[in-house]
Amino acid sequence: MAFTLYLLLQAALLCVNTITVLHEERFLKNIGWGADQGIGGFGEEPGIKSQLMNLIRSVRTVMRVPLIIINSIAIVLLLLFG
Amino acid sequence: MAYHSGYGAHGSKHRARAAPDPPPLFDDTSGAYSSQPGAYPAPGADVAFSVNHLLGDPVANVAMAYGSSIASHGKDMVHKELHRFVSVNKLKYFFAVDTAYVAKKLGLLVFPYTHQNWEVQSSRDVPLPPRQDLNAPDLYIPTMAFITYVLLAGTALGIQKRFSPEVLGLCASTALAWVVMEVLALLLGVYLATVHSDLSTFHLLAYSGYKYVGMILSVLTGLLFGSDGYYVALAWTSSSLMYFIVRSLRTAALAPDNVGGPAPRQRLQLYLTLGAAAFQPLIIYWLTFHLVR
Repeated sequence: MAFTLYLLLQAALLCVNTITVLHEERFLKNIGWGADQGIGGFGEEPGIKSQLMNLIRSVRTVMRVPLIIINSIAIVLLLLFG
Repeated sequence: MAYHSGYGAHGSKHRARAAPDPPPLFDDTSGAYSSQPGAYPAPGADVAFSVNHLLGDPVANVAMAYGSSIASHGKDMVHKELHRFVSVNKLKYFFAVDTAYVAKKLGLLVFPYTHQNWEVQSSRDVPLPPRQDLNAPDLYIPTMAFITYVLLAGTALGIQKRFSPEVLGLCASTALAWVVMEVLALLLGVYLATVHSDLSTFHLLAYSGYKYVGMILSVLTGLLFGSDGYYVALAWTSSSLMYFIVRSLRTAALAPDNVGGPAPRQRLQLYLTLGAAAFQPLIIYWLTFHLVR
């Protein structure tokens, strides 16, 4: 498998896009992965499911605006250089 | 000026004695500066005289000074930006090695079964640098092993007459991409399993870089002893690397605060360690089998 750096960046961009487009109301709540459905109390350490839900919500919050910019750059580059 | 006339006189004396020389390739214009005192701008005729052997032009001297000031300014800017992303002091900890440590660590990577004490020692809550503690991870061995692996891959391909300069870059970037992916997967695993330890990114980078030593040994044995030697070395280095990773991660990073945790989390951490260890032979095989045919 020949990995160029650009291929790696494209794969990372696609993965982050995937995590960001999971809609909170239409999709995650229906499968029980909404961000406010996982807080089981201030007891012991959170389990893996609540960690995952926290991760999805934080990725969505943090990466919303930068992803718009990076996606636009990627689209322009793809249009120009194929 | 007397220097030049004296030199010219000696030269003419030599020329009078020896056979007629071929005409000089360059015109000797060093005497011309003295006859044109007012032809140069403010930087000064003495500045022009002192650099005329190198540049012959005071404007170029000014440009050189300006360029060097720009370069130092750029260097300061790069240092500032670098310090924002990478803490250089933490990085220096990983490169504080000496020859004895490197030799013992390499021996440990190949034969870890007799090592008794795997704890990372720390003095006053600061982990000891690798120079004083054999169990401390370092980044020197992984870096050197990575470079050696790329060179060895080029050699192996050259022996099989499949070498071209692009292959070296391809090999290096492929291996680097796999390292980045493995470190990211380990970071994700550490976050999901809520491991409370001082495992920083550089620790994970160090532990995932130790597999390059195994790769180098496998490829060398494969080159010397053929395909069978390659598989034997692969099996040996894979098992010793798996043992090394499991022992190091369990005692140094995962054990201290988590002994009394709930059972599912302990199991998760165990799976993480075993998964990290099981991934090593796969990636060693994947990155080296095309070099030994």
